[in-house]
Amino acid sequence: MKREKGQTKKNFLKGIIQENPLLVSILGTCPALATTKSLEAAIGMGILFTIVLLCSNVLVSLLRKLIPDEIRTPAYIVIIATFVTMVKMFANAFLPELYSTLGVFISLIVVNCIVLGRAEAYASKNTVFDSFIDGLGMGVGYTMALCIMAFFRELIGTGGFTFGQIFTFIPYTALIIPGAENFKISVFQNPAGAFIVFGLILAVMAFYKNRKAEMKAWEIKQAKLKAAEDAKKKLEAQKANVGGQQ
Amino acid sequence: MSDFVTFILAIISAMLIDNVVLSRFYGICPFLGVSKKVKSSLGMGIAVVFVILVATCVCWPLYTYILEPAGIPFMDTVAYILVIASLVQLVGLFIKKYSPSLYKSLGIYLPLITTNCAVLGVVQTNTDTGLRFIDALANGLGTSIGFLVIIVVFSCIRTRLESANTPKAFKGLPIALITAAIMAIALMGLQGLFAGI
Repeated sequence: MKREKGQTKKNFLKGIIQENPLLVSILGTCPALATTKSLEAAIGMGILFTIVLLCSNVLVSLLRKLIPDEIRTPAYIVIIATFVTMVKMFANAFLPELYSTLGVFISLIVVNCIVLGRAEAYASKNTVFDSFIDGLGMGVGYTMALCIMAFFRELIGTGGFTFGQIFTFIPYTALIIPGAENFKISVFQNPAGAFIVFGLILAVMAFYKNRKAEMKAWEIKQAKLKAAEDAKKKLEAQKANVGGQQ
Repeated sequence: MSDFVTFILAIISAMLIDNVVLSRFYGICPFLGVSKKVKSSLGMGIAVVFVILVATCVCWPLYTYILEPAGIPFMDTVAYILVIASLVQLVGLFIKKYSPSLYKSLGIYLPLITTNCAVLGVVQTNTDTGLRFIDALANGLGTSIGFLVIIVVFSCIRTRLESANTPKAFKGLPIALITAAIMAIALMGLQGLFAGI
């Protein structure tokens, strides 16, 4: 099969923008709300998630002709659970702070709808390379969405950003806006803040989507009006022509 | 404090103070997806209570008496998800045979529960934190009843939100999430309920 030029790029970018798993498809909301207290935790979660998604996509795609159709869901779940266990042990050994911060949400990647959804909808039908790129795009898109949420929650909730608490290999740095301690709204660090931020982000997305649709509708209407006017002019010109001949 | 009192306290704390949806963030997907109608949210809630209880009763002994003595405690996630997936199937078959009317109302929600993080989350925390069986049971019971209560209350609010005059950009999910935030703030007021005991 011949590949179209730029298809790989398109495949990668669709996970980030058009089909962003969190902000457009509203999948995988549990970790998105629970692990976005700080930017660092969100990045850690995103990386672990991307690793699991990449591995499961590649393996499912490799085995797509071997797995019978009837038992595909249990097979995918076992594949995903295996990779999640590996990632969990890896985090426990090398990044113990990340492991204790994310806690049970590393295990819960197993039941994240995105991983199973990509295995079912994409990796089981496409080649290994395509699935790899798809997993990479989806993973990066999800990580970026997590970071957007964590950015607002940490900025408003604590007045700045701290790094080095979870990834201990980088030096501890606290970037607090001077004087912001007096104005921080700590509810954004609480569960309620997660819901508010997620709701507002979705509202902003819906606002732009609505406006885009309205612009399109307006353009179509304008084009229709113009076409009607043109037709009218043509008719008049014809009439005038006919009149002149007589 | 007697065991019974701790049992009741653990149920109430898992149900209200540490509510499964609004403060621990398990099961957000069904919470947002199946809460458009009161009837369907009730069905989903009852199915979750049922599956969490059975899963707790199976997975705790599985970990304590099989995985741990065999020296493979790291296989817990794989084992749990398999147990939950097959349990859901089994429960579905069982209900279909003995109570077709119940199956009719719960049947469509059962497959959704496999990917509900509340079930795996509860089972996993039970063994991760090394609870006793009775405490694990209390945790499961409190969590699942908390889920049932919250999803039913939320669906009641959502049916009224449908007819409310919200800004166009907030229609649907965004306003539902803001509502959930206000509910979470209300539940935050219950923190420290047992501080004196």
